[in-house]
Formats: sequence, C-alpha cells, structure tokens
Amino acid sequence: MIQTFAFYLFAVLVIASAVMVISSRNPVHSVLWLILAFFNAAGLMVIVGAEFIAMLLVIVYVGAVAVLFLFVVMMLDIDFAELRAGFIKNFPLGIAIALVLLAEMVLGLGAYKAGVIQLGEPSGLAAPLPGESNIESLGALLYGQYLFLFETAGIILLVAMIGAIVLTHREIRSPRGHQDISKQVSRRPEEATEMMRPEVGKGVKL
Amino acid sequence: MEFKASLALIAPEVVLSVSGLVLLLIAAWAGDKASRLVSILSVAAIVAAGALTAPILCAGAMGPDTIAFGGQMQVDAFSAFAKLLIYAAGIACLMVAPPFFERIGAMKAEYPILILFAVLGMGIMVSAGDLLTLYIGLELNSLAAYVLAAFVRSDQRSAEAGLKYFVLGALASGILLYGMSLTYGFAGTTSFDGIRAALSGDLSSGAMFGLIFVLAGLAFKISAVPFHMWTPDVYEGAPTPVTAFFASAPKVAALGLTMRVALEAFGGQTGAWQQVVIFLALASIVVGALGAIGQDNIKRLLAYSSINNVGFILIGLAAATPRGASAMLIYLAIYVAMTIGGFVAVLMLKDKDGEPVEQIAQIAGLSSHRKVLAACLAMVMFSLAGIPPLFGFWGKFMVFQAAVEAGMVPLAAIGIAASVIGAFYYLKVVKVMYFDEPAEVAVGKSDWAHQAVLLVSAIFISPLGYLLTGWLGDLADKAAAALFLVA
Repeated sequence: MIQTFAFYLFAVLVIASAVMVISSRNPVHSVLWLILAFFNAAGLMVIVGAEFIAMLLVIVYVGAVAVLFLFVVMMLDIDFAELRAGFIKNFPLGIAIALVLLAEMVLGLGAYKAGVIQLGEPSGLAAPLPGESNIESLGALLYGQYLFLFETAGIILLVAMIGAIVLTHREIRSPRGHQDISKQVSRRPEEATEMMRPEVGKGVKL
Repeated sequence: MEFKASLALIAPEVVLSVSGLVLLLIAAWAGDKASRLVSILSVAAIVAAGALTAPILCAGAMGPDTIAFGGQMQVDAFSAFAKLLIYAAGIACLMVAPPFFERIGAMKAEYPILILFAVLGMGIMVSAGDLLTLYIGLELNSLAAYVLAAFVRSDQRSAEAGLKYFVLGALASGILLYGMSLTYGFAGTTSFDGIRAALSGDLSSGAMFGLIFVLAGLAFKISAVPFHMWTPDVYEGAPTPVTAFFASAPKVAALGLTMRVALEAFGGQTGAWQQVVIFLALASIVVGALGAIGQDNIKRLLAYSSINNVGFILIGLAAATPRGASAMLIYLAIYVAMTIGGFVAVLMLKDKDGEPVEQIAQIAGLSSHRKVLAACLAMVMFSLAGIPPLFGFWGKFMVFQAAVEAGMVPLAAIGIAASVIGAFYYLKVVKVMYFDEPAEVAVGKSDWAHQAVLLVSAIFISPLGYLLTGWLGDLADKAAAALFLVA
C-alpha cells in the first residue's frame, strides 16, 4: 500500500518538475526543477529495489547538475539583486517544498523497508546474486571477478589525468615579477620623489 | 589460491604499473630536471618486465596454466613473443627521445612514464582473452598515444597530429565497441573461448555485423586500408621519436590482438573473416605502394611504407594456418627492427644548426658527407623493399610461403607484384642519397644513443640476421602454436 502511494507521488513529481524544467523562464529555476526531477527519479529506483542506481542518480546527476548550475550562473548575465528581492515573499513556499522533500524521503524509506515492488515474475534463469543487496553484488563482481579490469581502468583514468596536465600545465612566469603589496603601501613620498630645480639650458639629470 | 596464481602470471604488468606509479611520484617532486633519471629507470622497469616474460616464451607455455583471472588474460607463448617485441621497441624509443626533446626544450619527465603506460596497455592487448580486456588494453595504449602525439605543444603540427589522432581514434573505438556489443549480444559472453563455442556453425547476420565492426575498429589501429587516412598526417606531425614508437610497438600490439580475435574468438568462422582480411591486405599493399610515390617528406614516406608492410603481414593472417601466424610473428620482429632503424636514421638527419631535416630533396648526396648514416638508411630502404641479401626479404618470403601453402597463389602473386611497385620509392631514396648532387644540408652531428640504436637495428636487418632464422623461427612456431590450441 505504502509502495503504491509512494510510486504515484514520485511519478507525479517527476513529470511535474520535468514540465517545469522546460516551461520556466529563468534558467536557474530550470536547473533547480531538474534537480528535483532527478531526486524523484532516484526515489522511484529505491522503491523497485535498485538502491545502487538511485545513489548513482543522486551522486552523478545531481553532482553534475550542480556543476552545470555553476556554469549557467557564470556564463549568463543574471541580475542577482532582482532574484533576491522576493526572498521573504517566497520564504513560506521554500519551506513548503523542503517539507515535501522531507516527506518524500520518509515515505521512500518506509516504502523501501516495506519491501520492493515486484515488477514481474522472476524466470529463475538469471544467476543468483552473490551479495545481499545489489550494491554488495556489484561490489563483489567489480572487486572479485573483474578486479584486474577494474584496476586497469583506474590506470586509464590516471593516464588521462597525466595527459591533461602535460598538455595544459605551464610554468607561470609573471612578466612583472613579484608584487609585494605591503611594501607598496608603506612607501613614503620622501623616498620616492625628489625635488629638482634644473637650470635653464643645462638639461636635466636622469 | 586462484587469485595468487593469476597475480603471479601477470607479474610483468604488475612490475610495469607499480614502477610507472613510483616514477610518477619522482617526476612530480623532482620535476623535469629528473627526466633523464626517469627515462633510465623506465628502461630498467621494461627490462625487468622482459626478463619475467622471456621464460614463458622459451618454455612455449600454453593451455590452462597460462590463464589468469578466469580467462581475462592469457599469458601464453604468443603473448610473450609479442610482448618482448613491444618491450624492445619501447626501450629503443625511450633511448632516442631525450636528445631530441632536450634540444627543443620540450623534454618532460612524463614522456617516459606515458611510454611505460602505453607499453603496459599493449602488453594487456596481446594477452587479452576477453573482449573487455581487449578494450581496456587498447584504450590504455591509445590514450597515452594521443598525448604523446601532441607532446610538443609549441609545435602546431604536433598539436594537429594529436587532435587528428584523438578524434579518429575515438571514432574507431566507437566502431569497435559497437561490434563488441553486437558480438556479446549474439554470443552471450565476452570471453574468446565462449564466443568460439557459442558461434559454431553458420554465422547469423547479426554476429557477422559484430565481427566486421570489430575487425574495422582493429584495422584502424593497425592503419590498414581503407582505415589508413590518419597515418601519414599523424606520423608527419608527431615528434620523430614518438612516430618511431607509433610505427613499431602499437602495430605489433594491434596485429597481435587482431590475430587473437580472428584465430581464437572467431577461429571456427575462418570463412567469415578471410575475405575481409584478404581485401585489407591487398588494399594496404597497393595503396601503401602507390601513395608513397608522390611523397617528398621522408616521415610521410615511411608512414606509407608502414601501411604497405601491414598489408604484407595480413597476408599471413589470411592464410589462417599456424604457419601463417608464425610467419606474421617473424615478419613483425623484422618489421620492428626496420622501422626503428628507419626512424632513428631520420632522427639523425640534422642540418648544421641541429634542426631536423625531413625533406627527401635535402638529403641529396648524403653519402658524400655522412657515409655510415647513408649506408644504414640505404640498408633500411633495401630491407623494407625486401631485396634478398637483407633480412627484410626473409619476412616477406615466410609470409608468401604460408599463403602459397594455404592455396592462396593469386594473393601471393598480387602481393609480389605490388612489392615491385613498392621497391620503386625505396630505391628512389637510395638514388637521391647516392647519385644526386650533394645538397650539403644534413651535416649535423648525431647523438651516441641514436648511433647505438641504429647500429643494433642495422646489424639485425643485415645479412647477419639470417644466423637467427632458426632460433627466431622456432620461437615464432611455439608462439603460433599457442593460438591454435582449440582447433
């Protein structure tokens, strides 16, 4: 019962926030709606018993979207004073959304504890899971049977990192040399300037 | 217990990766001042890996004792033969690089480390027993290669070569992955033995698509026609020591991988891939020979020459016999020596300011002022053309013999005819060096490391190489036998 209720809640929120992503005028709002859509999709994954994919959705997508969000903020010309103007007015709405998210979390967790939704009858042909949950099963495979490939894939990523550094890193040599601000500030006019009274027709001493 | 045995089998890979990580730390703290030290230590690591590999080849290891990680790695005599060739090429490229990069101030401690990781990737490629291992080894090698191609950042051609190689390499990886996923879909497994068992009888069209896509992806890596377009540009643009590396070690690795896929995974489906390989072989020989004629840059010329040679090597694969596989391995050994010799000779061509000389017109009359260098270069050219007293002839002879024994007389005949066309441009270089008015451009001194490497490869491809035929043939037979275990 609780699963069915949770499913409809998550599904409706995914669709609603996906619609808001494309219909909201402010790009920053779009990104926030997108994050809400991902959270709810992760909730859907939890109630079918795929916790690992749920975690990936939150870590990878929400993490990636946070970076995307930063790019949007940096690249678009957004007037933040105007955005902040409605803060007090929208405060109750923000609290309401936070409460909905909290309720969702409780509901999702409750649905997960009550047991997963069976999407179909298992055929019995699949290999038995080596671990208790699917996170354990994946871990057992990655660090057991596929350990060699997993570690080698790590070396590939290391090579990619070395490559990026080799191709872009430059030794920084400032053309102006070192700048010492306290030294600049503590300079007195008497040390820096000199009064001269050059004689006419003799030129100046430099 | 099984895990311990697997780890013992991949000891060379463990040595290479651990020393790569340690050297990376040295490079990070000591900076580019330590690049000579890192180069020397990298050579030592590769020698150590080679010392661990050599006994496997001498013992002719094959069968269940050589399988590590449940079939993901096959550390048999075949992989040992290919690995030793790769290690030799890697050491040569590490030795010739520092003088070249130091002159233009581009030597970095990361260069030997990237070579080390590329060598590690290639060792994994030739030991692959599973499509996943194949892909991971290939990507490790390719990723290091992309960076190496663009290593001299200040040179626009080098950056262009790196970008071109990267984009086309990514495309080839995509094609390869698509083929692998189709193969997995139709065979239900990624291990070579499993694919062989699952795909017996007539090949369904889906599995056929998978096979063709995998072969196309691999053909790109060995630069066989029609997937060769990138080769001349990348070889010309990349720094010469890197080009020497590209033309030698990755060719061995990718060809070894192609042999494993064709003869092990699809060993029961010879009819399905034989036509494709015959086409690749003939097209590479003809396009390689004709394309080289108009070139005036010696690095581009050698690039076409490597396309041409890959065609000859593929003739051995088209035969699909243990004899053909053994001939391929012999040809590969000779090819590595010729290529390294050729590119090191190009490295030694410098004008009086030490700037590299790459135009063929500029080496006119080289024999009058750099006698030994001209003689070595001429020997490499004659050997690449397959003219009898030199060792290059032996490789071609073995390959054609295998093809004729497998009943492929027309293939051998066309190959021999095309090698006559190829002889034209090799001889043109010799003619320019010996009979043209001296241009007196390439007069610069060369480094001792270059001279040493050139000397070793020149001795190997000289008629003295024939003393090795018995020993080399024996090793190659042992290695090839490991591929034909199931059949």
